Amino acid sequence: MSRVQPPGPHKIRVVTLQIDGRDIGAREDETILEVARENDIPIPTLCYLEGLSTWGACRLCVVEIEGTTRPQSACSTCVAEGMKVITNSERLERYRRTILELLFAERNHVCSVCVSNGHCELQQLATACKMDHVRFKYRNAPYQVDPSHDLFRVDHNRCVLCTRCLRVCDEIEGAHTWDVMGRGVECLLITDLKQPWGESQSCTSCGKCVQVCPTGALTKKGTAAGEMEKHGSFLVYLTEMRGNR
Amino acid sequence: MSSTAKVSLATAWLDGCSGCHMSLLDLDERLIELAQRADLVYSPIVDTKELPACVDVGILEGAVSTAADLKKARLFRERCKYLVSLGDCAVTGNVPSMRNTFPLKDVLDRAFIENVQAQPQHPITGVPALLQVVRPLHHVVPVDLFVPGCPPSADTIWYVLTELLAGRTPDPARVTHFGA
Ligand code: SF4
Ligand code: SF4
Ligand code: SF4
Repeated sequence: MSRVQPPGPHKIRVVTLQIDGRDIGAREDETILEVARENDIPIPTLCYLEGLSTWGACRLCVVEIEGTTRPQSACSTCVAEGMKVITNSERLERYRRTILELLFAERNHVCSVCVSNGHCELQQLATACKMDHVRFKYRNAPYQVDPSHDLFRVDHNRCVLCTRCLRVCDEIEGAHTWDVMGRGVECLLITDLKQPWGESQSCTSCGKCVQVCPTGALTKKGTAAGEMEKHGSFLVYLTEMRGNR
Repeated sequence: MSSTAKVSLATAWLDGCSGCHMSLLDLDERLIELAQRADLVYSPIVDTKELPACVDVGILEGAVSTAADLKKARLFRERCKYLVSLGDCAVTGNVPSMRNTFPLKDVLDRAFIENVQAQPQHPITGVPALLQVVRPLHHVVPVDLFVPGCPPSADTIWYVLTELLAGRTPDPARVTHFGA
């Protein structure tokens, strides 16, 4: 008589796929982005950060998958047997450039006087994706700057709504000081219940959000133009030490 | 551009700090080589008062902030076969465009009424009228090449000019970026 077995650990299979014509083997639970990076195939990203949960909002990592008409985000799509992925095409380049143009047109980015000038992921993406001018009308809408925290400052004019700050504070620091409020152009990262950051009861002043913010939105106080260099490498180390939990 | 005749170059600054032109002067001894291959027919750094009717390459620094900037941008577009937007102010609006988040009247009040003691008044004679919104060059006329940087370095300008003189289209992203 056969006994009913309790469900065992799911076996993870290895699949074979093609990225840009290269045959690649990968675990079936990996995303296209992870596999591409392991194989030194560059795909631009902005909201994605290794060590944090996947958000999939910026859409810069879109890739073409054979058999589908719409591009898919590489950070949130798992690989599959026989999949054929193209990471660069005329259409993808156009989409990526347009996304960056919209980001620059939406809030106020004046790189030459920005604290993050020369160390900014958004700026680097513009160069990498050959976005050298914005075709859209700039919105020129002022956003607030909150300098109330003793050590840090948030300048919403430079925020790209990637939510890295929110995720690192919630998932790694465990404080969950940040949240998102409002929609569309009104969308705003807030601290606690939209209190000034300096009055936040939950913030431990650890500075993790500042280090993972890709732009000049979150910075240390006392930095002048071009002086804000960030060091996000602690994140991979921390998650590894915690056994990827 | 014929191979025998020299290429004609024209430059002007709109609402900029003249830093891009300082970078051009920073070409130093390369200016001599440039002069052998091109004629600078109109520029703040030469004496000609009139933009010639037909120029091979026009280079504009600065954002479009006044009625006079707009007029000059249109004149350059009309008379230059190839128009280069040089520097962040021309390409993005940059620092001059930071006034765009305020109504123009508030900006003028701040500069000429609130912070002055003698004869507070908006300037109306002898200076061109400010436009409501500062715009990058390509938002008012079509542009052929964008060279970001604040300012673009002399090496960047040299790369762009030598590529153009050689009849090639430069790829400024290789040597410069916003804020560079
Ligand atoms: S955040 Fe980045 S892209 Fe925006 S102004 Fe600063 S350096 Fe430029
Ligand atoms: S400093 Fe630390 S605790 Fe405070 S908001 Fe940033 S990540 Fe959260
Ligand atoms: S403040 Fe920085 S990390 Fe947070 S959402 Fe804005 S750009 Fe991203």
